[in-house]
Amino acid sequence: MIAADQPAQRPPQAKLLVVDACGRIDHLPRSALADLLRPGDHVIANDAATLPASLHGDHVPTGARIEVRLAGRHSLAVDDVSNFSAVVFGAGDFRTRTEERPPPPRLAPGDRLALGPLSGTVERLLGHPRLVSLRFDGTPDAIRAGLARHGRPIQYAHVPAPLALWDVWTPIAGPPVAFEPPSAGFALDWRSIAAMRVRGVAFDTITHAAGISSTGDAELDRRLPFDEPYRIPEAAACAIRSTRAKGGRIIAIGTTVVRALEHAASGDGFVHGGEGLATQRIDAASRLRVVDALLTGIHEPDTSHYRLLRAFADEEVLQRAEVELEAHGYRTHEFGDSALIERKGWRAANAFGINSAEPGFTSQPA
Amino acid sequence: MKRTLQDDSHGRFAGLRVAITGGTSGLGLALVRELLGRGARLAFVARDRERVEGMAREHGRAHGIVGDISKKEEIHPIAMQIIGSLGGLDVLVNNASDLGPTPLALLADTDCEDFERALATNVLGPFRLTRALLGALAAAARDGRGAVVLNVSSDAAINAYPRWGAYGASKAALRHLSHTWNEELLAEGVSFLSLDPGDMDTPLHAVAVPDSDPATLKRPEAAAREFAEAIAAALPARSSRKACEGAAAVEVDAS
Repeated sequence: MIAADQPAQRPPQAKLLVVDACGRIDHLPRSALADLLRPGDHVIANDAATLPASLHGDHVPTGARIEVRLAGRHSLAVDDVSNFSAVVFGAGDFRTRTEERPPPPRLAPGDRLALGPLSGTVERLLGHPRLVSLRFDGTPDAIRAGLARHGRPIQYAHVPAPLALWDVWTPIAGPPVAFEPPSAGFALDWRSIAAMRVRGVAFDTITHAAGISSTGDAELDRRLPFDEPYRIPEAAACAIRSTRAKGGRIIAIGTTVVRALEHAASGDGFVHGGEGLATQRIDAASRLRVVDALLTGIHEPDTSHYRLLRAFADEEVLQRAEVELEAHGYRTHEFGDSALIERKGWRAANAFGINSAEPGFTSQPA
Repeated sequence: MKRTLQDDSHGRFAGLRVAITGGTSGLGLALVRELLGRGARLAFVARDRERVEGMAREHGRAHGIVGDISKKEEIHPIAMQIIGSLGGLDVLVNNASDLGPTPLALLADTDCEDFERALATNVLGPFRLTRALLGALAAAARDGRGAVVLNVSSDAAINAYPRWGAYGASKAALRHLSHTWNEELLAEGVSFLSLDPGDMDTPLHAVAVPDSDPATLKRPEAAAREFAEAIAAALPARSSRKACEGAAAVEVDAS
């Protein structure tokens, strides 16, 4: 597979791999997504807008150039913008592969950082020489203004051109709390949301502070995803419970939605509204209690993102999907193609495409 | 009776999250004061840093944002600060306006650059900012709070007045955008208003018509009150999404 290197959110030729509950695989144009949905289904997307979370500047004690990538926060509260966890790199920028970036100078509690119009202090190290708790100086409004002026979207070497904020905000972007884009949502536009409504498919959003996807350090990458705060509107939680009670499918747009909904339902199995902090890992051992299907980007098998897919499909199915993706030239990463994966064994008779009379959708048993 | 109505519309603004562009002078300033007085949570945008900071000091509860909505690359940073400071958005007032050539000029004497600036401020700016904030506005609507975009229009958007050509054409385009947005986003629950405040005693009017007698002009505070009432009327009376009790009952049955 090749990395999508252009920041086009909805290229007309985008592909969609469909894996149904029985492990059958199909290929569709991604523009046909709404056609796979049925009346009573409920699509949930993450409306987090992406912060310009990459900040270049100086490590004041040594004068060394550094790049700070904001990576986590405690809550979504409006005024909670002083304190972040952050990954710190040495000199250079996204054009160098993350794995090849030099480490920062030795960081210690109390070190001052000068980041353009922003300044802050390293409060403490978080169990790794590159991961720190950072506190910005100034009022919340001044910190937001500084981020807006000086920050750039976090990006990686596979996209050569510098990204602008509009490249990384999904069409439904709202609260600026994500550190990297909830990029499965790039597939949505207002036309497709209207098309869902016409089909009797409900649509709601949650807000989940999507964290960084890679740190360039194997040890640190194993700790991903970091804890991520989320908020589920009461009205959305209520509508989700109603959908489930009526037997409709919950379709998550992106892994962050899976993490938030499953966390919110971890108590009694019902999705509750309000704010929470998603701390759990989702993998082959996880039992999904809410989400029936996932629309996701195409990512490499060694990522935390990929681990989550094992909660939806068995290894054998994912390996067949991998072969299909390779054979059909799917493009990877945030601006790449998509996959729609239905939870294994879930009401198999209702699975995507099976016994389906939907025109334009023919299943191709592998 | 009138008093009761007014009390109701005042109550609609308590906790409402409102953003106003061009918020440091004229109608924008009057709207900031009017809506703060009604209990709104407010962010305002203007180009001049000193005036924004002065206003923010004067009105401690309002979030001042320095930015120029006529510049494409400033739109998302502005939007990020609006939604970030308010935690969401229920009402956007696209008020910032540019007259085009000053003093006003016949179209035949209008420099392209002056017309382009008027279009960038009065048409493209509101279009871009609305697009960048639409996710937040639609989320507010889904949450049952309602969502309103008020685009400040003008008599010159409808009638042709000599020397008002650049401004009038840009405001006509904005008015048409408002109507089209409204048709397209009805189902999302986002309403668009295009309102003409009338000839007011504002800095913009003083530049356009330097010899007019301020005593004959409307006070911007009066227009701000009218706009507040119009926004209140366009919002749902109360949370319009109240299906939870029923759903909870179904849930108990199903479990």
